[in-house]
Amino acid sequence: MIERLVDGMIEIRRVFTHVEDIHHEFGPVAAAPLRRGAIAAVLTNPYAGRYVEEIVPMMDALTPVGIDMARRLRAAMDVSVDAIESYGKGAIVGSAGELEHGALWHVPGGYAMRELLGWKGDRAAYAQGKTSAQATPSSAQTQNALAIVPATKKVGPPGATLDVPLTHINASYVRSHFDAIEVRVPGAPAADEIVFILAMATGARIHQRVGGLKAADIAVWNGLR
Amino acid sequence: MPAHIRKLIVQVDETRIEMGRTIDPPTRRALAIAVIDNPFAGRYVEALDELIAIGEELGGLLGDRCIAALGIAPGDAESYGKAAIVGEAGELEHAAAILHPKLGAPLRKAVGKGAALVPSAKKRGGLGTAIDVPLGHKDAAFVRSHFDAIEARVADAPRANEIVVAVAVTDSGRPLPRIGGLKVSEIVGEDGLR
Repeated sequence: MIERLVDGMIEIRRVFTHVEDIHHEFGPVAAAPLRRGAIAAVLTNPYAGRYVEEIVPMMDALTPVGIDMARRLRAAMDVSVDAIESYGKGAIVGSAGELEHGALWHVPGGYAMRELLGWKGDRAAYAQGKTSAQATPSSAQTQNALAIVPATKKVGPPGATLDVPLTHINASYVRSHFDAIEVRVPGAPAADEIVFILAMATGARIHQRVGGLKAADIAVWNGLR
Repeated sequence: MPAHIRKLIVQVDETRIEMGRTIDPPTRRALAIAVIDNPFAGRYVEALDELIAIGEELGGLLGDRCIAALGIAPGDAESYGKAAIVGEAGELEHAAAILHPKLGAPLRKAVGKGAALVPSAKKRGGLGTAIDVPLGHKDAAFVRSHFDAIEARVADAPRANEIVVAVAVTDSGRPLPRIGGLKVSEIVGEDGLR
């Protein structure tokens, strides 16, 4: 089984999608509800049960998985790409794996969503560590999804919950959009599985009112402010 | 009064591989959940008609959401189930009022037929309480391949004065059924049992 997997590398056992509309949180009912979504793919962990030094091949193999998940999540949310204002990602590694296996998701997960939303950077160069993921400051917006995709990861049992952070797609410091969505796949991950997660939302927290940088005031276009 | 909905959640759980075996087509189970105000929280109210009406409203709304999420024709739904979690300031009977008198008819309309009883579960709970929503074949309760359950849980609900209402609909049974019993191909579909 393991030999076959290292060859094929990717074996998707389950796909779990979650979409929620938040109308209020005991304050004024929003004219349009905040829609938040997450998609979780449960994959066989080809490195479960032993230490493997060279795990980067799986990062490359995950590229099409990330792209497909980002598209599926957008479709499940049933909104246009332009409506997505925040994003996040995460991984839950089953007990026969290690945290580092979850870290394989940073590049294929993050850049799949950024490219879907209109980012124009060089993913390949970033994956090889050659360039900064941070955008060059600009006086005007020339592309979308400039901000780093925030992430969490853990090793956990079946049904473990992961709080996946959400931040604004163009400026990490937009305070209204700091949020998190709890994601959990009942029954997964088994010991030899990894749950890879992407999350997106259409706006700010439903009753955001603690000030800070507003999305309308993004000016530096460097992914931060 | 229509249901005062704070959150509406739709999930789809698709199994492609089980125990190393490819499931083709994958089994798919949808779950739609509404988090609503409990109009009777904190006091004993004898007549529960308002919750009964809310149950009728949610049976259609949540059933339709499940069908839409699965992207299937109503008649292609195979099994269903329902459940409610009452927040601490409510009573178990509030869940019963939502689930039992009137939720079924609009749900059956959403799934095309539905000769069989809609299996259910209820409990009192707090934030993040999980409930296992039972699943049974919509036209014949004895179909053994379709006995199943799907877990429903909302991280920030129910608050004390809320109720979590869940409806589950599938287009399939368990991934690898092999314990015999009544088969889908043997359904008569008239008495709701066989």
